[in-house]
Parts: sequence; structure tokens; C-alpha cells
Amino acid sequence: MKKIYLDYAATTPLDKRVLKAMQPYLTEKFGNPSSIHFWGQEARAAIDQAREKVAKILGCYPTEIYFTGTTTTSDNLAIQGACWAAKKAGRGNHLITSSVEHHGVLDVCQALEKKGFKLTVLPVDKQGIVDPQEIEKAIKKETILVSVMYANNEVGTIQPIGEISRITKKKGVLLHTDAAAAIDYLDLLVSNLGVEMMSFGAHKFGGPKGVGGLFLKKGVKLEPLTYGGHHERGLWPGTEATALIVGLAKALEIAAQEQKTATRKVGRLRDQLIKGVLTNIPNSYLTGHPIKRLADIASFVIEGVEGEAILLHLSDQGIGASSGSACTSGVLKPSHVLTAMGIPPQLAHGSLRFSLGKQTTQEEIRKVVKVLPGIVKKLRRMAPRLSR
Amino acid sequence: MASQAYSKKVMNHFRNPRNLGEMKNPDGMAQVGNPVCGDVMRLFIKVKDKKISDIKFQTLGCGAAIATSSMLTMMVKGKPLAQAKKITKKAVAEALGGLPPEKLHCSVLAADALKEAIKNYQNKG
Repeated sequence: MKKIYLDYAATTPLDKRVLKAMQPYLTEKFGNPSSIHFWGQEARAAIDQAREKVAKILGCYPTEIYFTGTTTTSDNLAIQGACWAAKKAGRGNHLITSSVEHHGVLDVCQALEKKGFKLTVLPVDKQGIVDPQEIEKAIKKETILVSVMYANNEVGTIQPIGEISRITKKKGVLLHTDAAAAIDYLDLLVSNLGVEMMSFGAHKFGGPKGVGGLFLKKGVKLEPLTYGGHHERGLWPGTEATALIVGLAKALEIAAQEQKTATRKVGRLRDQLIKGVLTNIPNSYLTGHPIKRLADIASFVIEGVEGEAILLHLSDQGIGASSGSACTSGVLKPSHVLTAMGIPPQLAHGSLRFSLGKQTTQEEIRKVVKVLPGIVKKLRRMAPRLSR
Repeated sequence: MASQAYSKKVMNHFRNPRNLGEMKNPDGMAQVGNPVCGDVMRLFIKVKDKKISDIKFQTLGCGAAIATSSMLTMMVKGKPLAQAKKITKKAVAEALGGLPPEKLHCSVLAADALKEAIKNYQNKG
């Protein structure tokens, strides 16, 4: 049976061109970039080139690019780093974030709150958008930073980062954005976004797992979280994973080059999928903003069925997707994103997310639209008829 | 997600649930769980000569919820009430070859539904 992967927001396959670029650094070009001899120089040059490549794409200086382990580690470095630096300098103790952030941001903020910082978590509207006015109202004298994700990985909603940055600049607070979900499809120029810090991770855009990036604007001070060396100007000590860094840069290069085409092609397929689901499955609803949404995310809540059960049946048909239901969460609570958007628990349990990719074909979308209604029908027939 | 952690037996019962359906005139009935936590199970029993002569279930829930419902009905069909009453959630989970730890609560639903259905039958007199 042909397998249909529609969980690109969870991770993406390694692009063949990225693998090719990485290979020498997994084999004969194995030197420690800090070594003085030829092997070291060779690896060092590769990392320097990778850094320049990334900087060019983001429109910043190479010295403003740091390589870490993942988006989450970049989030930790940015948020914790900035907060501890501010506290050390006696410059405030308050941070602001949104209720739909990935755990890589939310958990960090909550951990800082436990350690004595003050935290404001701003609500979102039904479609998942943070109101810039609310951010402005929440900023006070002690505010160090605002962290709002570029686009949401569960429902696809795109946040008004540019608008938010005008407010943060006016008020003199740092703006960080978790851009993990955005790299293949949205504007990457940090000057357009107006952010002081931006996190991302290679495995979301055709790169290898185990490497992330952080844009950190010149002049912004971060306290290091770990110690042990001078690598990444002391912010991510540890021998550099040359191959992974080369992979990240190559993947970013490809993502930037293909962005326009990808957004158009994937967006079209996403719309076909959305139309197919909403038309053929009664009492199914699109979650997230209908227009300000990522090209790859088709997220729904479906009444009268449970998410994991749908996923298992889809998997039997060779289709891979994901869900925000409590039973798929590991902590038996529905997705905090759906909850923040005002979706009641009963409905959140029928949550289903398809995230498309550059390799997704029209055939695949057709097959999903063909089999999903039958799965939903079968599961609805198995359920007791409940009165509202 | 727990699907790889689901045993072959669990997946078997999930894909082909036994005793699925509604019962027209049950001798005992129960509904347990609630949509807020995601699982709802309705259980119907028919009793003849103090034995569960027929049993049917309907479940809204995850893989484990559906599988435990199905396995439970299979385990108690034809059994005397006194014996059926003693079925534990552990027994259901074991019969399925075990469940991932975070899914054990789903087997509570099935065991509770049976106890409630039997109580419902006995209260009818």
C-alpha cells in the first residue's frame, strides 16, 4: 500500500541535497573545528560558510547567527538567557508570551516564573491570533521581553509579528519569535519581522534532526545556560556538529529558494484537502484563521469521534497525520492551543491535523478525501448517540 | 502517540470490535465516562438464568477505549452474573496483552460500565 505522510509539521524527511552536502563531514572531513591543523581548518571553514549562508538568508550579520541543538534549545537560550542577563543587570523581571506557544516557549516561561520572574500569558481570539494592543497594555517598566511564535504548528495561524515589533520597539523591550513552523513558507528577513531573537530547527525544513539556529541581534546580552567552552561565542559550548550545521544551512538555502513555489503549490493542495473534508464530513470544522494560516496546515475538529481512533484507522490506510486530542497527548489533556482558542474539550477530542509538505501530491490528497469520511462514519456509528 | 505501544491483540479488537451495537430491550444498561475526558461507553446486557446471555456496547473514545470495551464483552458473554461482577480492569488489560500505562484508565471505563449495568439490572427487580 502506498504510504501517505501528512505530518510534516512534526518532522520532515531529509532532503537528498542536504544529505549530499552533509556527507563529507560525516566521513573524511571529520576534524574538530577548534583544532589548528588542516582537519580543524577544513571543518571550521565549513561552519563559517554555513553561518554566512544563514545570515544572508535572514538578512543579518554572521555574528548574529548561533547554532544550537534544536528550536527548543534556541528558545531556552533566547528567553532564559535574556531574562537572566536582565536580572543580573537589574533591568526588570517580567516577561510576556501567548497562550498558544509551543511548549519550548511556554514551559521555559513557566519555569522562569517559578524561579521568581513575573509572567503574563496573553489570551488569543477564536482563531488563535494575539492582539498587539493587548501586548502593549501588558508591557510595563519591568518587562524584559515578549515572546510570540511566528506561526502556530497546530492550527497554522500566523501572528502579526511585524505589528508587534513596532510596539516592542516603541516600549524598548526585546521581541523573540519561535519560527519553527514558518521557515518553508513565510518571510525570513529579520529586519522585516523586527525581532531581536528568532529560533528555528533544521528538521522542520528538510534538514537533519539535532541542530537548531538562533538569530540574536547585535547588542542583546544573553546569560549562557551551559558552560564548557568558547563555541558559539560561549552560548552553546560543546564541539560543533559540523555535518549538522552544514545540513541546516543547506536546508535553509533550499527552503528560501523554493519558498514561493512551495507556498503556492502546497497552499493549493491544502485548500483542496480543507474543501474535501468540510464538504464530505458533516459537523467538521476548520480550526485556526481561515486566511492568515500557513500553507501546509489543514487542522480540524470533528464532532462525535476521537482523534487517536481516527489516526489509527488512517494509519491502517497508510496515511500519517496527528491530533490534539487528550488521548494522543500523553498527559490526558487536550491541546492547550485548541483550549486557548475556546474550543470545548468534547470538540477538541475530535481534533485532526494534516500538515502537508513539498512532496505531497494531488493523488495523495484525493485518497485522504476519499477514505476519511468512511472512517468518521464508522467511528460515529460505534459511538452512543449522546444528547447535547 | 501510543499506537506503537498497542499490542497486536489491542489493535485486533480496535479494528474488529466484538459485540458492537445497540440493544432494543436490554435487561440492564449503563453509560460511563463523559465527553470531557474523551471516553464514553454505553453497555447493554441481557440476562437469562442468572447469566449474561447477550451483551452489546457502544464507545466514543481512543484505541484503548474501544479495545477494552470489546474485550470486556467477549470475556463476560455467557458467564454467570456473580462471576462477571468480579471482572477487574487489570484482567481486561491483561487479556489484551497489556496496555501502555497512560491508557490503563480506559480499562476502568469498561469494568465500571459492567458493574453499573449489572446493578441497573438488579435494581429493576
